[in-house]
Amino acid sequence: MTTDTRVAEELVAAFPEPAPETLGRLHDELVRRSDRVGLLDVAYRTVDSPLGTLLLAATPAGLLRVAFADEGHDDVLARLAVDVSPRILHGGRRLDGAARQLGDYFAGRRHAFDLDVDLQLAHGFRRDVLVQLRAIPYGATASYAAVARAAGRPTAVRAVGTACANNPVPLVVPCHRVVRSDGAIGQYRGGVAAKRTLLDLEAT
Amino acid sequence: MLVRPFEEIVQEHGAVVMRVCRALLPPADADDAWAETFLSAMQAYPRLRPGSNVRGWLVTIAHRKAIDQLRAASRRAVPAGDLPEIPTSDRVDDTVGLRAALDALPPKQRGAVVAHYLADLPYAEVAAVLDSSEAAARRSAADGIANLRRRYREGALR
Repeated sequence: MTTDTRVAEELVAAFPEPAPETLGRLHDELVRRSDRVGLLDVAYRTVDSPLGTLLLAATPAGLLRVAFADEGHDDVLARLAVDVSPRILHGGRRLDGAARQLGDYFAGRRHAFDLDVDLQLAHGFRRDVLVQLRAIPYGATASYAAVARAAGRPTAVRAVGTACANNPVPLVVPCHRVVRSDGAIGQYRGGVAAKRTLLDLEAT
Repeated sequence: MLVRPFEEIVQEHGAVVMRVCRALLPPADADDAWAETFLSAMQAYPRLRPGSNVRGWLVTIAHRKAIDQLRAASRRAVPAGDLPEIPTSDRVDDTVGLRAALDALPPKQRGAVVAHYLADLPYAEVAAVLDSSEAAARRSAADGIANLRRRYREGALR
């Protein structure tokens, strides 16, 4: 005698959990199609680096965010969902260039990034500061005071420090090249040790 | 509650939406229905009300996509009985029988059975999927299971 319960169980068993490869393939296709129709507001991926795993996120306009592991990548993505858009997916080709260039940078093969950057997470003077930072060349440093002058507000030295501390795209916008006037290394979003590693890398 | 990145929604509900698509459509069309479901969901996602039942919302969209595809397919007049095999099951003999029985259900009953038993939605959510009352959803699911039991060939059950 077949019971209704048995039929329901047979139904559930007849359409089992899809294989992980199937879901992966479907997901990749969703990333491609959503990007093509302009729905993929933010794409992200991670890359390994000497500073630990880095999160990279980009809008169609360019690189939006580089985040260190200490920042908590899930927290960073949750913030992006609120500050930029919740239409966020993992993967796709959008970050291939940034990942490759960062790999080359850490290997010492690349001294400048050729990437579009989306600075929408920085506003006002902070944004002005970030634009100035892109002019500091590989291997060089500038003081917070010098950057304040270059950004047009010579007395805003502390504000330059704040702009660096909140730089949404560290490494690519090289806030690690800003140091204190007295020669001390100063703070860094990825930690002082990371800043030291980057300055040493660029000094060799 | 803060809105979550859509990636989390896909990871959490991708599997159940695929099971629903496979139950409602021929295997060859299930992939496309899955993609269409998540593209529509992604478009509407920023406007989704906080506290919504996300699984119910997605199954509603998937159900609608499946009906659209079935209508389009019937307009193309695909010969009846041309049922493809289920690719992912090692119980082909059983499931083709079940598949045929499921396909033969009236649309409301099939939707209710899939939404309640396969997607594990409570009847209040099944009602939203079917655009009916909760009582009607409950009745459709019960009738659907009873019909399946009658039509499902006895020999397939151990």
